[in-house]
Amino acid sequence: MKQRKGDLLPAIGFLAPNFIGFLIFCAGPLLYSLAVSFSDWNVARPGVFHWVGFGNFTDLLSDASFHTYFVNTVYLMIGIPVSIFGSLMLAILLSQKLKGMVVYRTLFYLPSFTSGVALMILWKALFNPDFGPIDYALNNFFHFLHVDAQAPAWLLSTKNIFALDIEKLGFNPKQFGLGARDALIIMGVWTGIGGNNMLLYLAALTNVPQELYEAADLDGASKWDAFRHVTWPQLAPTTFFIVVMSVIGGFQAGFDQARVMTAGGPAGTTTTMSYYIYQKAFEEFQMGYASAVSWLLFIIIFVMTVINWRLGNREDD
Amino acid sequence: MANSFAVDEDRDAHLSGKKPPPPAVLALRHAVLILISLTTLAPFIWMVLTSFKPLAEVEQLNPIPSVWHPENYAEVFKQVPFAHYYFNSVFIAAWVTFLQVFTSCLAAFAFARLRWPGRDGVFRLYLATLMIPGVVMLIPNYAEMVQLHLFNSYIGLIIPASFTAFGTFMLRQFMLTIPRALDEAAAIDGASPWVVFWDVIMPLARAGVITLAIFSFMGNYGSFLWPLIMIKSEYLRTLPVGMLFFDSVYGRQTNLIMAASVMNILPLIILFVSTQKYLVKGIQLGAVKG
Repeated sequence: MKQRKGDLLPAIGFLAPNFIGFLIFCAGPLLYSLAVSFSDWNVARPGVFHWVGFGNFTDLLSDASFHTYFVNTVYLMIGIPVSIFGSLMLAILLSQKLKGMVVYRTLFYLPSFTSGVALMILWKALFNPDFGPIDYALNNFFHFLHVDAQAPAWLLSTKNIFALDIEKLGFNPKQFGLGARDALIIMGVWTGIGGNNMLLYLAALTNVPQELYEAADLDGASKWDAFRHVTWPQLAPTTFFIVVMSVIGGFQAGFDQARVMTAGGPAGTTTTMSYYIYQKAFEEFQMGYASAVSWLLFIIIFVMTVINWRLGNREDD
Repeated sequence: MANSFAVDEDRDAHLSGKKPPPPAVLALRHAVLILISLTTLAPFIWMVLTSFKPLAEVEQLNPIPSVWHPENYAEVFKQVPFAHYYFNSVFIAAWVTFLQVFTSCLAAFAFARLRWPGRDGVFRLYLATLMIPGVVMLIPNYAEMVQLHLFNSYIGLIIPASFTAFGTFMLRQFMLTIPRALDEAAAIDGASPWVVFWDVIMPLARAGVITLAIFSFMGNYGSFLWPLIMIKSEYLRTLPVGMLFFDSVYGRQTNLIMAASVMNILPLIILFVSTQKYLVKGIQLGAVKG
C-alpha cells in the first residue's frame, strides 16, 4: 500500500493518449452538441447564429414528422422480442450434444458477422417485386393453391401489419398488409437471430447448474416445466442484459437501412429518428435542430434504460 | 460470472444428459437445425448464384445460371475502382484498430491496475459516454473536422473513429480478472509500472487484446455513417460507400452488384473462420458486467 501515491504520475502517462482523444472526440463534442441544440445554427447560412433557448425542443414536440418517425422507430423495434426469443430457442437447440454443432453455429452466426451495406443491397434485391426470389416464390405458391392473391410490394409499399395510417397517427384498414417496415423487420430478425445474443445465451446455458435439471427430472418435471422453472429464471440476467442493450440499440437504429434500401420511404414510413437527424443535419444543414433531435433521442434512451433497470431489479426481489 | 469468458469450446457438454437420445430424436434435431441453416443460407446462395448469371437471366428467375459467368467479377473492377475501395477500407480499418487497441491497452491498465485519486470518477465518465447515441457526436465531430481542414481526408476518417470508451471498458474488465498478486510481486522486485504493463499484464491480456482488435477491425471495415459524411472525393471511398455508389449508379446490373457484395463480405468470412475462438470469448466478455 505504501507505493500507491506514486501511481498518479504513471497513471497520467498511461491514460493520456486515450484520454486526450476521448476529450477531443467524445466528451468535448458532447458538450458542443448540447450547446448547438439551443441554437439555430445552419451551415447553409454562414454567419447567422442565434441562441434560441428551448426553441428547437418545443418545435420538436409539435413537429408532426418527428411524431411519425418516432412511431416508425418503435414499429421497427417489434422485431426485437421476436429476435430475442428466436436467439434463445436457437441457443437451446445448439447447446445439445450433437455432431457438427460448430458448423451450425458458424452458419447461424454468418448473417450477423457479415451484416452491413452489402447485405442490405442483397435484401433490397431479394424483396424486389419484379425479380426478387421472395415474391417469385410467393406468387408461385398462390398460383399453386389457386388463390387470387398478390405478393407484397415490400420496400415499395406503405402497408403494414398493424394497419397504421400514413397521413396521420391512427389506424386505416386499407393500410393492412406487408410493406417496407415489415420487410426491414424480417431482414433484422434474419440478421440478428443467430448473432451475439445467441452466443450470450449459449454461454449462459453452460452456467446453469446441472443439478437443477437433475432435481427437476427427479420431481417428474416435463421438458416445458424444466424450461419454465429452471432455464428461464436462470437465464433472467442474460435476458435482462440483452433486452436493455436491444432497446438502446433499437432507438438508434434504422439509419443504414433507410439510406441504403429505402431513402426513408415510401412516404417516410422507414424514416427513423436517427435517419431524421441525418436528413436534418446533412441534407437540410439545420445543425441546431438536428442536435436537438439527437439529444431528445438520448433522453428517450436514458429514460427507457432507467425504466428497464427498475423493472429488471424488481424481478430480482 | 467474472470468469465466463474462460468458458471454452466444450460448451457442447451442456444439457448433455446422462443417456444419449434415441437415433430418431437425433435425426429430428439435425433436421430442424439443417432447416434453419438453409433459411440462413438461402439469401447467400441466391447472392452467389446471381453473381455468376448473365444479366438477362437475373429476371428470368431460374435459380442456377445456364452459363456461368465468372467474368462478372472482373467486370466490377472495370466499372468501379473496387480494388481501391478494398484498399481504403482495409487501410482505414487497420489504422483505427491499431490506434484504438494501443491507447485502450494503456488506459485500461491505468484503470485496472493503478490506484490514483479520481480514478473511479474518470471511469464513470467513460462509462456514461457509452450510453450516448453515436449520432449525438456526429455533428460536432463533423464540424470539428471541417474546422481543422481534415474534412474529406484519410486523417479525418481515421482519427475521430479511433477513440471510443468501449475498448478501454472491455480491456479493463479483462485486466481485472488477472490476479493482482502478479503485478504486486513484480512491483516488490522493483519493476516500474511500464515493466509491469509490458511484461506481466500484456502477455496475460493477449486474448482480450486480440478480441478487441478483431471487433474493431470488423466494425470499421463495415463502417458506413461516418465515411458517408466525411467523404466527398472518389479516391477516399471505402467499400460500404463505394457499394452504395455502385448500387445507385449501376443499380440495374443486379448480377454485378451481387458479385461486388460477395467480394465485400468474403474477407469478413475469412476473418471470422480464422478467429472464431477469440470472438466467442470476447462476446461473452462484453456481457460480464451488464
